[in-house]
Amino acid sequence: MINMALRLSGYDLRAFLRNRQSQFFTLALPVLFLVIFASVLGGSGHTTQVAGGQISTSVYYVPGIIALGIIAACFGNLVASVTAQRERGVLKRRRATPVPAAAVIAGRALTAVVNAVAMAAVLLAIGWAAYGARVPGRTALALAVTVAAGAVSFCCLGYAITSLIRDEDAALPATMALMLPLYFISGVFVPVAAMPHWLADAGEIFPVRHLANALLVAYNPHTTGLGFAGLDLLIVAAWGAAGLLIALRTFSWLPLGR
Amino acid sequence: MDNIISVRGLVKRYGRREVVAGIDLQVRRGEIFALLGPNGAGKTTTVEILEGFRRRTAGEVSVLGNDPDTAGGAWRDRVGVVLQESQPEPGLSVRECLALYAGFYRAPRDIDETIALVGLTGKAGALGTRLSGGQRRRLDFALALIGDPELIFLDEPTTGFDPSARRAAWEVVAGLRRLGKTIFLTTHYLDEAEHLADRITVLSAGHVVAEGTPRTLGGRDRMATAISFTLPAHVQAHDLPPGLGTLTGPGPGGSTVLHSESPLAHLRMLGDWALSRGLDLPDLDVRRPALEEVYLSLTAPASTKDQR
Repeated sequence: MINMALRLSGYDLRAFLRNRQSQFFTLALPVLFLVIFASVLGGSGHTTQVAGGQISTSVYYVPGIIALGIIAACFGNLVASVTAQRERGVLKRRRATPVPAAAVIAGRALTAVVNAVAMAAVLLAIGWAAYGARVPGRTALALAVTVAAGAVSFCCLGYAITSLIRDEDAALPATMALMLPLYFISGVFVPVAAMPHWLADAGEIFPVRHLANALLVAYNPHTTGLGFAGLDLLIVAAWGAAGLLIALRTFSWLPLGR
Repeated sequence: MDNIISVRGLVKRYGRREVVAGIDLQVRRGEIFALLGPNGAGKTTTVEILEGFRRRTAGEVSVLGNDPDTAGGAWRDRVGVVLQESQPEPGLSVRECLALYAGFYRAPRDIDETIALVGLTGKAGALGTRLSGGQRRRLDFALALIGDPELIFLDEPTTGFDPSARRAAWEVVAGLRRLGKTIFLTTHYLDEAEHLADRITVLSAGHVVAEGTPRTLGGRDRMATAISFTLPAHVQAHDLPPGLGTLTGPGPGGSTVLHSESPLAHLRMLGDWALSRGLDLPDLDVRRPALEEVYLSLTAPASTKDQR
């Protein structure tokens, strides 16, 4: 089963690397967002208040955009590609073979997690090279665990959403429409400190805010201890678990659109 | 008889709509079996129940000795499926697609040999999504074959094809027969069933309306042969010998048509009669009912009834 999932993931990854649209939305867009937000709002000398002190606003954007990168790979790209595979009969044809269902599902999720981890590494490298932000050694483990937990949770949410989308062309706009407002109210595009209370409170409901916050805690040089944001991670995982339950009940191998 | 597929009293209802209304089917090892019928007859529903994609409302179904509704990976290892509509794996070449699918099976066929069998050797390195419609269907055949299955389902394999692509697909199917595979084919093309199948079952509005070989379907072999001829102006139909006169009627263009269930005896009577009177019948024509006429007569009333 695990062998089969790894095998499928290898082929999914190969197909991903040949798809320019996926690459743009999953790899290029997060880098672009980081550079733009850090340049426009980060500028020289701008700082942002975080737990334990001030950090440069450019540095503040790195963990938020890592959250965006994780969500682009595990939610946006996964929803778009799984919906397309389902509507084009690719999933149905795979289902007609002896390959275990769980291997197909886990294989595609693994591809998304690999993309998310690669994206996080690229953004960390940019943060280090351009903004001089280094991950403290004692919180490195927390950062890795947070990236992985966030990636897996958003894969589960992605699988839950695919059942609601009947048209493969609607997948990308639908995930964008869902996520863009959340990026704004979750501290990804605008620091939470700069938002009115009611908007910040609304952001607290959704997993984006908690993933961004958990990444910030692990990335923030003022953080003391190991950098695990336990409550945030728990809320992200709870959203993921809810997504998994919905996905298990509603996932379809057959096209829904006709 | 060694039955690969056995279906008794199969019923499928969606809400109150009965799509399959209690059908029986038997498919024997090594034969090409065609389920023939107009669009909306219930063919795809039936084949998807046999493939394990849909659950039946009632009836008994056995495919390779298992109930497809509960059969697992070991059963799927022995079955190949060509879906009515499925696009290639995005981003993978023909060879990569086959390598991926070969990994799903316990004892897959050789990849390059399978590519050659469906005639895609020249396209092995091309992306599946770049292939033409006919080539995509060949890739579908190859993917269904790669696990070396005993039984292959083909759901309307040539719908929407131009005549040359259809011929090419038929050649691939004929190649599968030589490999000794059992093939379950659905089609709404009569000529396809006639060309490929050993046995045909005709489905119309969820009911089996006929079954047989292409020669015997719908009692075609026992149906009246039409013997037509034009009598000279001075001879009337009632001048014919008594045994023939009652069988004749007027045909097109002033001709006479004799509907005969024993054409040889009647032709001899007609010939003896004409020769004894010194008559010639220069436009004499003897015609067996075409399979198409049989098929249309079998499905027409039911399918008009079916239209809402």
